[in-house]
Amino acid sequence: MNSNIWLLTFADAISIATTLILASLGAIITERSGVINLGVEGMLLMGAVTGFIVADGTGNLWLALFAAVVVGVVLSAIHAALTVGLRANQIVSGLAMVIFGTGLSQFIGKPIEGDPLPVIIRPLELGWLSDLPFVGPVVFGHDVFTYLTWVAAGGASFYMHRTRPGLLLRATGDAPATVDAQGGSVAHIRWVHTMVGGALMTLAGAWYMFARAAAWNQAATTNGIGWIALALVVFASWRPLRAIGGAVLFGFSLQVPFTLQAQQISVLPPTIVAMFPYLITLAVLVLLSTPRARRLLGAPKMLGQPFVRDER
Amino acid sequence: MANLAIVTSASIQHGAGGVLALAARAVTKRFPGVIANDQVNFDLARGEVHTLLGENGAGKSTLASVLCGLYRPEAGQVVRDGKEVRLNSPRDGLAHGIAMVHQHFRLVDRFTVAENVVLGHKSLSFVLATAEIEAKVAAITEEFGLPLDPRAVVGELSAGERQRVEIVKALYQGAEILLLDEPTALLAPPEVEKLFLTVRAMTHVGKSVVFVSHKLGEVVDISDRITVMRGGKVTGSVRRGEADVRRLAELMVGREINIVSRRAKSPVGEVLLSVSQVHLERDGAAMLTDINLEVRGGEIVGVAGVAGNGQRDLAEVIAGLCAPQQGNVTVCGTPTAGRGAGGARRAGLAYVPEDRLGTGLAPSMSIRDNLVLTRVRDFLVDRKSALLEAETFIKQLEIKTPGPLTPTRKLSGGNAQKVLLAREIFAVSGARVLVVCSPTRGLDVGAVETVHALLDEARDAGKAILLVSEDLDEVMTLADRVLVLYRGRITLEQTGLDTNVDRVGQAMAGITT
Ligand SMILES: Nc1ncnc2c1ncn2[C@@H]1O[C@H](COP(=O)(O)OP(=O)(O)O)[C@@H](O)[C@H]1O
Ligand SMILES: [Mg+2]
Repeated sequence: MNSNIWLLTFADAISIATTLILASLGAIITERSGVINLGVEGMLLMGAVTGFIVADGTGNLWLALFAAVVVGVVLSAIHAALTVGLRANQIVSGLAMVIFGTGLSQFIGKPIEGDPLPVIIRPLELGWLSDLPFVGPVVFGHDVFTYLTWVAAGGASFYMHRTRPGLLLRATGDAPATVDAQGGSVAHIRWVHTMVGGALMTLAGAWYMFARAAAWNQAATTNGIGWIALALVVFASWRPLRAIGGAVLFGFSLQVPFTLQAQQISVLPPTIVAMFPYLITLAVLVLLSTPRARRLLGAPKMLGQPFVRDER
Repeated sequence: MANLAIVTSASIQHGAGGVLALAARAVTKRFPGVIANDQVNFDLARGEVHTLLGENGAGKSTLASVLCGLYRPEAGQVVRDGKEVRLNSPRDGLAHGIAMVHQHFRLVDRFTVAENVVLGHKSLSFVLATAEIEAKVAAITEEFGLPLDPRAVVGELSAGERQRVEIVKALYQGAEILLLDEPTALLAPPEVEKLFLTVRAMTHVGKSVVFVSHKLGEVVDISDRITVMRGGKVTGSVRRGEADVRRLAELMVGREINIVSRRAKSPVGEVLLSVSQVHLERDGAAMLTDINLEVRGGEIVGVAGVAGNGQRDLAEVIAGLCAPQQGNVTVCGTPTAGRGAGGARRAGLAYVPEDRLGTGLAPSMSIRDNLVLTRVRDFLVDRKSALLEAETFIKQLEIKTPGPLTPTRKLSGGNAQKVLLAREIFAVSGARVLVVCSPTRGLDVGAVETVHALLDEARDAGKAILLVSEDLDEVMTLADRVLVLYRGRITLEQTGLDTNVDRVGQAMAGITT
């Protein structure tokens, strides 16, 4: 059925968006403090493999997710120690995080490669809501984490724009010297938000493992969606709520190649179509490297800049 | 103006019999190589405006920073309401009701006025009560005559408005004592008057203000007392009414000076520099629009304006450092727009940029080598004659240095500027047009005099000089003609004796009649 498969495509897009939203929320929170963590892809993989192994050992989903969060905090604390503490180059440290996360997850994931999932996250039963035409399967056919993620985006938005620590967070990314002069601690704010952001990234990886992947399959498990999450931050102009819409769009474009293939629609070879989200990501990340584009896109002003108190 | 006078007399009564609000007792603060404050005594009565006057580097900002808790002095005490206080940070200062508005604003551009005002405020609730905050900010702006929209985004405000945000912020935090560090530096004259009204409104309700300035002319009106600093020490203090400009100038400089107006003596010659219909855009924003000007041999044309209104772009276009999208620049009859800095120099242009050690001089090269740096024709450098030349300049211009082989980075600002001017005026062979930007910024009065005399000499030698300066006094003393740049346009042109300071001041603020 033609319409049926498109329905599934939309539903899948929203489902995949969960990972994208969580990961880019993590990146937004990190970047709003002025720290850029390019290691998202490595963090996703570490979250996925940690979740799998812990669930394999304990059979407990919640423990698995908790372990993933702990790993995220530890890894991003390393990033914070290097970039906030030692003022190392954030780009270099972030790329190192990708390589390290990818390598380590492959190493510790060797024994579980190809094993069946120890636990699965299942969609909720929402009664009559799920039976509604179109919106039933597309909007109400997901697991609890998808909905919690939406709530989290709203919460992050409220935190950033309506609360005192949120005000300080935004100020730290834009004008750390001002925060410092006010008696706030730039380092403290950057550490905390980098770690919270890291936790969200590994959580995104673990959820993806249990809800969307078939098995642990090395780096192919997450398939580069960490990079897409980074581009999504730019699309959302560093605003949590906007990340939801963007994530669904990207989710759709990730899913479309499969649908086209299944439908044997061949306007373009599906492999080419599958490249689109990655091409867009590449373009956005290159764009982000020019100061002018950064300003126009609304990046935090001091994104990527270590803070040194001006002694004069 | 009438309004100002009324408020003024009210606050004098406050100041005269007032109780001591804040005092520095024998404060000493050192930085590597300098004693920025040497046994300084200073006090401030409740409801008083006490001005700290002094040249750049006199130690005014340092004293203010000690008083607000930013710096800890090596010796001496800060006394608040009769009791000694230990201030370890600006937070401590605030806790005692002392706040400083720094020379460089500390604001978040993307935040609204209200957000900036409350940022870092200690008793802020977890969830921001935005409406309540905005109302409170509005009340403060109302009470003290600081027109501001609490919801405006700070990045879109003018320098004067940003300063108001800083003041509102200090008041919001409950400051009783405000230290304003060079608050007029970025303001056009009409804005300065508004600031003075605010200062009066503050003293009227019993707050006290320390007003830091290096501009003699403006402080007499606003101050109840003026204390002069020089070289880290207090050199004198006068009360309102006793203030005599000449006496204050002596206290500042340490010797007698003559305030003279210089005007062209020789008849004005042919047009040597002309700029016509120049239009410049950067990043899609118009920096210069329809600029037309001419400078003749033997005259100084002054370009006045508040910082950031296109002065720098204009100088760079003429110097060939950036090419305008439209229009022509002609130096001694040769079109130079778009021909680069070399093209402009070959046509006969000399250029003294604002940033003397960065763009003007090569900091690690010697005085001698810097002097020959911009010769466009010679291939070989005649070291011997260059050395002789350098020695002559050092003697003539009283450049304080061990010798002509000293790297220019070791020179003080004034001496570096003398080397640069010497090169551009005398050593550049054949240059007949001179563009000078803020030539005396950051120099002490003695050096300012020398620089002005040099420019005067160059004019009398028949050179065409374009003087771009944010210092209105400088433009008024030197220039034969004055242009005002406002938002990249020339909004006013006045000649010689017709020049009216008030109209120039208004034009700098964007008011044209
Ligand atoms: N943070 C600092 N580090 C080193 N030297 C400083 C510092 N601040 C001021 N100075 C020096 O102390 C002297 C007084 O400076 P300052 O108080 O800023 O003068 P003013 O405000 O009167 O222009 C100057 O010689 C200046 O170079
Ligand atoms: Mg100063």
